[in-house]
Amino acid sequence: MSQPYMFEKPLGLRDTLPRAQQEISRLELIFQRELQRWGYDFIKTPALEYAETIGRASAIADNRLFKFLDAEGHPVVLRPDMTTPIARIAASSLRDAPLPLRLAYTADLYRSQRKEGGHPSEFEQTGAELIGDATPYADVEVISLMMSLLEKSGLASVRLAVGHVGFVNAFFYDLVKDKEIVKRLRNLLYNKNDVGFHEYVASLNLPDNASKRLNTFVDSRRMNNEETLAYIETLVSGSATPVHSYYRNILELIHLLKLDHLESRIDLDITLVPHLSYYTGFVFQGFGGNLGFPVASGGRYDDLLAKFNRPCPATGFGIRLDRLMSAIKIPEDKRAKRKSAVIYNRENAGTAMRFAAEEREKGRAVVLQHADGIDNPDQFEQQFETVNYFLDRTETGE
Amino acid sequence: MNQSVITIAMPKGRIFGDACRLLRNAGFQLPDTFETTRKLILDLESEPFRFILAKPVDVPTYVEYGAADLGISGKDVLLESGRDVYEMVDLGISKCHMAVAGLPAHQNHNPFLKIATKYPNIASDFYRRRGEQVDLIALNGSIELAPIVGLADAIVDIVSTGQTLKENGLVEYNRLLDISSRLIVNPVSYRLKKTLIDQIVEKMIRATEGTKIGMD
Repeated sequence: MSQPYMFEKPLGLRDTLPRAQQEISRLELIFQRELQRWGYDFIKTPALEYAETIGRASAIADNRLFKFLDAEGHPVVLRPDMTTPIARIAASSLRDAPLPLRLAYTADLYRSQRKEGGHPSEFEQTGAELIGDATPYADVEVISLMMSLLEKSGLASVRLAVGHVGFVNAFFYDLVKDKEIVKRLRNLLYNKNDVGFHEYVASLNLPDNASKRLNTFVDSRRMNNEETLAYIETLVSGSATPVHSYYRNILELIHLLKLDHLESRIDLDITLVPHLSYYTGFVFQGFGGNLGFPVASGGRYDDLLAKFNRPCPATGFGIRLDRLMSAIKIPEDKRAKRKSAVIYNRENAGTAMRFAAEEREKGRAVVLQHADGIDNPDQFEQQFETVNYFLDRTETGE
Repeated sequence: MNQSVITIAMPKGRIFGDACRLLRNAGFQLPDTFETTRKLILDLESEPFRFILAKPVDVPTYVEYGAADLGISGKDVLLESGRDVYEMVDLGISKCHMAVAGLPAHQNHNPFLKIATKYPNIASDFYRRRGEQVDLIALNGSIELAPIVGLADAIVDIVSTGQTLKENGLVEYNRLLDISSRLIVNPVSYRLKKTLIDQIVEKMIRATEGTKIGMD
């Protein structure tokens, strides 16, 4: 690369200017309050982690990691997700804490580096992890919590797609009895390549019945929830199989989401397979507003903690604030200048300071500015909703 | 992303005629001027559909970012761009295939094979799978020139009738994969406008079956 220009930042990195940062802070606050109300405790982890531990367990492709050597020569990564560091904590520092654990975070994550717009290398995420509860009730909790956060953020037409990768794996395995084929089929679902899926199924030379079941499986995405449930039921055989117990969980989840009045905003899509490979059960993605990308995603990852020597079921989600920001339409009046100004001179300094202090006590944002420090008064005053002048030439009080 | 209108990205050029015919078969009331207009955006009067006319290689981009809900795109373009979109229906139109081609009696004297192509990702993927390392030269058109003027040992390109290869004295070495046009869908649009999009998908599947029967 040639010498960077003064204003340039490394590929995929951005500045956040006051107006945007104000909105982000507002969202962070809404999220923090709501997560605390649900009894989730916030934690923080370092931005740098060892490549051999977090880097390897995180399931983000190696070429998407920021990786370098620390002062001692150990390979380190900038954390590419928060679920893995939280799994590390749950398996170490919080090893003896009573389960289930409810943890939350807001953190910057790093995934390098794509040349194209809309894919920043550094982005902020708020999320929650519910660790130590294997029941579908835990899945419902994190789903409702995520929906609640998205609603409270002001995102329009919030929708959620829910799938179950455990079911997908077990169902495929029952039909083809080959882990490699299951992996390829699952990969085609992840790539959203329905045409490729049908072609691959045709190339497998399975018995007609099995091919037909696989093909219908993909087409089930076009069904509504009732049809999907009825359809899944036809796939379940036997009563002690994994497929059967996953099916019971799906039924229970939908039942509970109905109780929570969330069912109408949820699209049960059994073909949904997200990219993070550590998911083992329910998976979900949140959508809304005007954005072409999902704003939130999550799922159950029952095997991840075992990588840190503490086998333990867990489920959780993350909301991408950068995407949420582009998906939310912030009304102009909400954005408007909400600060007032106090402009004073030497004679009125005491009064002006007291006035500003009182206003701030009331929770208002006040800029206290000496008149001599202003270069262009018209331009300066335009930024404020109200301007109070303390500019009498006679001394007041004191 | 407008909630009540479905935006469909159409590829201008080679596929456009086939795609329009298929849409009409699927029941879309396209205006007669659709194929001849120079406008880039067209709204249907009778139905909530908006068409945008884009360069074929850009169609998956419009759809991935959600600027269009659906699109019609060749499999070659989809493979090369690797965009995150639903590839829902093989429309069975504009069929061709991807091939390696070159001069009939070409002897390679380089340590590395030099391959000229419009599809560097597809070409690189093909040779990696074969366990061969090659030098890729990216070109934007008239790829057949490259082996003739000695720029490359071979080309990776789409072949429909084989006429262009023949007229330029080239032969096909390998057939990589079959190509046809696909209906692609933005993943978020699919969730937010599921009912409308599912209807379109069903219509397109039916129209596609029609063309397949007609052609066979």
